[in-house]
Amino acid sequence: MSNRPLTRWTDGSMDRLVTRRNAAERRFRALGFLAVALSLAFLAFLLFTMAAKGIGGFTSTEAKLTIDFPRSDLMLDPGALRGPDARQNAAGAALDGVIEQAAMARFGAGGGDLFGGASVRELGDQLVGDPDLLGKKVDVWLPLSAKADLAAKHGGDPAYDKLLAKADTRTRFNLTFLTASDATDASAAGVWGALKGSFLTILVTMLLAFPIGVMSALYLEEFAPRNRWTDLIEVSINNLAAVPSIIFGLLGLAVFLNFMNMPRSAPLVGGLTLALMTMPVIVIAGRNAITSVPPSIRDAALGVGASKLQVVFHHVLPLALPGILTGTIIGMARALGETAPLLMIGMRAFIASPPAGITDPATVLPVQIFLWSDEVDRAFVEKTSAAIIVLLVFMLLMNGLAIYLRNRFERRW
Amino acid sequence: MIDTIVPTPLDVAETVDTSTPRDPKMTARDVHVFYGEKEAIKGVDITIYDDKVTAFIGPSGCGKSTFLRCLNRMNDTIPSARVTGEIELDGENINSPKMDVVQLRARVGMVFQKPNPFPKSIYENVAYGPRIHGLAQGKTELDAIVEKSLLRAGLWDEVKDRLADNGTALSGGQQQRLCIARAIAVDPEVILMDEPCSALDPIATAKIEELIHALRGRYAIAIVTHNMQQAARVSQRTAFFHLGEIVEYGKTSEIFTNPREQRTQDYITGRYG
Repeated sequence: MSNRPLTRWTDGSMDRLVTRRNAAERRFRALGFLAVALSLAFLAFLLFTMAAKGIGGFTSTEAKLTIDFPRSDLMLDPGALRGPDARQNAAGAALDGVIEQAAMARFGAGGGDLFGGASVRELGDQLVGDPDLLGKKVDVWLPLSAKADLAAKHGGDPAYDKLLAKADTRTRFNLTFLTASDATDASAAGVWGALKGSFLTILVTMLLAFPIGVMSALYLEEFAPRNRWTDLIEVSINNLAAVPSIIFGLLGLAVFLNFMNMPRSAPLVGGLTLALMTMPVIVIAGRNAITSVPPSIRDAALGVGASKLQVVFHHVLPLALPGILTGTIIGMARALGETAPLLMIGMRAFIASPPAGITDPATVLPVQIFLWSDEVDRAFVEKTSAAIIVLLVFMLLMNGLAIYLRNRFERRW
Repeated sequence: MIDTIVPTPLDVAETVDTSTPRDPKMTARDVHVFYGEKEAIKGVDITIYDDKVTAFIGPSGCGKSTFLRCLNRMNDTIPSARVTGEIELDGENINSPKMDVVQLRARVGMVFQKPNPFPKSIYENVAYGPRIHGLAQGKTELDAIVEKSLLRAGLWDEVKDRLADNGTALSGGQQQRLCIARAIAVDPEVILMDEPCSALDPIATAKIEELIHALRGRYAIAIVTHNMQQAARVSQRTAFFHLGEIVEYGKTSEIFTNPREQRTQDYITGRYG
């Protein structure tokens, strides 16, 4: 010890050490910056392509068409368009024939191809709105068929281009896409059914998974004795959180559909299945949040004579809530984007009307995206991207709400 | 350093205890505490009097805090802890199944080493205890309890204009007085203080000590402290703990000026500990 020379802090070798250390720090910082920049670039690329492809799905092209109702073959009594069955009667009338006739008269042979299912719907709605139109010759704006719409937006189809050159067209916000459900005709297809299905499914998931998950976390952390059984439960919950989602789908199929005979394709069953999947995530996040509440707060409350229950509900839970909500956001976002388990319980069916309740057949947004991405019709490509945008916006809104709630409850100590 | 530890005659004179004690408030007989296999308290007998401040002194790890936590059964919250022996509050065994532990903790309040106000408003901190025990009928009565408790804790003048502020925004010394106000708001009979000044500066410490003087007589007080001068200043009775036993217990003046045991003598003169 005593033979060792004194450390020379100002030596050249020391300088080299300092230089090396500083270089290492700079390198690490640069790598970190690069990683963030790269992930931001990927995100921007994803959002850009999605927006570029999907934005067309929110607009539709309409063309002006002159229809002379008195001279058409339409057998529809204006009285049938008044009263409760008006919409049904309009749908039952041969409006497609009327449109085709008028289109051929205006655009020549092949003119009928310009208009599809959406135009029939639109014309029916206009007639219900004003039945007196039936006695007149009128100009109406009608949405183009899916193919004609594509040609109008991007061109490249000589037959349609020639027809469109003769037509008066305008671009409108496509309300049909947000208000209609799935349809075989791309121009009439919309996301409303899937959106409502997603909403109902997530609602069921939330109502089940959140209270049960939080209660389990509270019980395990605050009340349960520490022994082999609680250790076993903890390990099981951790494992459950890592089980692939398709297996939860099979479980839902076996238990809820085959054993309990619940309705197929229903948001109720979807919600139950997703709740099974989400609960472990909430339990784990909840337990972490509860353990991070300082023990001194528990001591303080016990010290003034609060019961165990009062300590937990007056102090521990409010302080742990922000953390629990963070976990719940993650779990819910995962559930909202989940496709595989829902395929297993039949939510991939073609469903043309929005579900009225949680036991009606429905589909959800991610499954709808999956179904549309499989369609042969090129018009569905645009719809797929637009549906992805709707899903992302729905997810952002949900997360935004959760973050707002979390910040409101956030307390510091 | 010896002169900083042995109290000056003046200090002792202030706390010379001439009166005979009134009633025994809490009595412990042959109390043992085990943490798993380890025996932390090895048979403690002590009586705490109604109108006295009792100080527990001793080196770190001697069990004085552990024993203090027996007096309101805070050790129940530690799963591995096991308490045997008898502890009575007004002649009632606090470990008997008939004793409601929640009510016991309201009767035997506690102030902790680190100030631990709830992350709520100052008002809510003090009002919490009375509210859960239903001590106030209506807002006016609750307001009165909050004001009285803060007054007694000597904090009223400093916080009366900002009762809605967060309790954690106060300074360390104010937080500790807030904790004392919170403890006395439920009208306890005994107040246990576990090194209440160890996280505070000398000025805040002096304020807490004054407060303890002011509270004596109204509540039986037991205080754990590492600071022997503090024990000499605030207490009338002192118990010297060592290795889980009480080596000596008696009037503070006698413990500090004329201890019977050599170990006590060694400790208070700073020879170990």
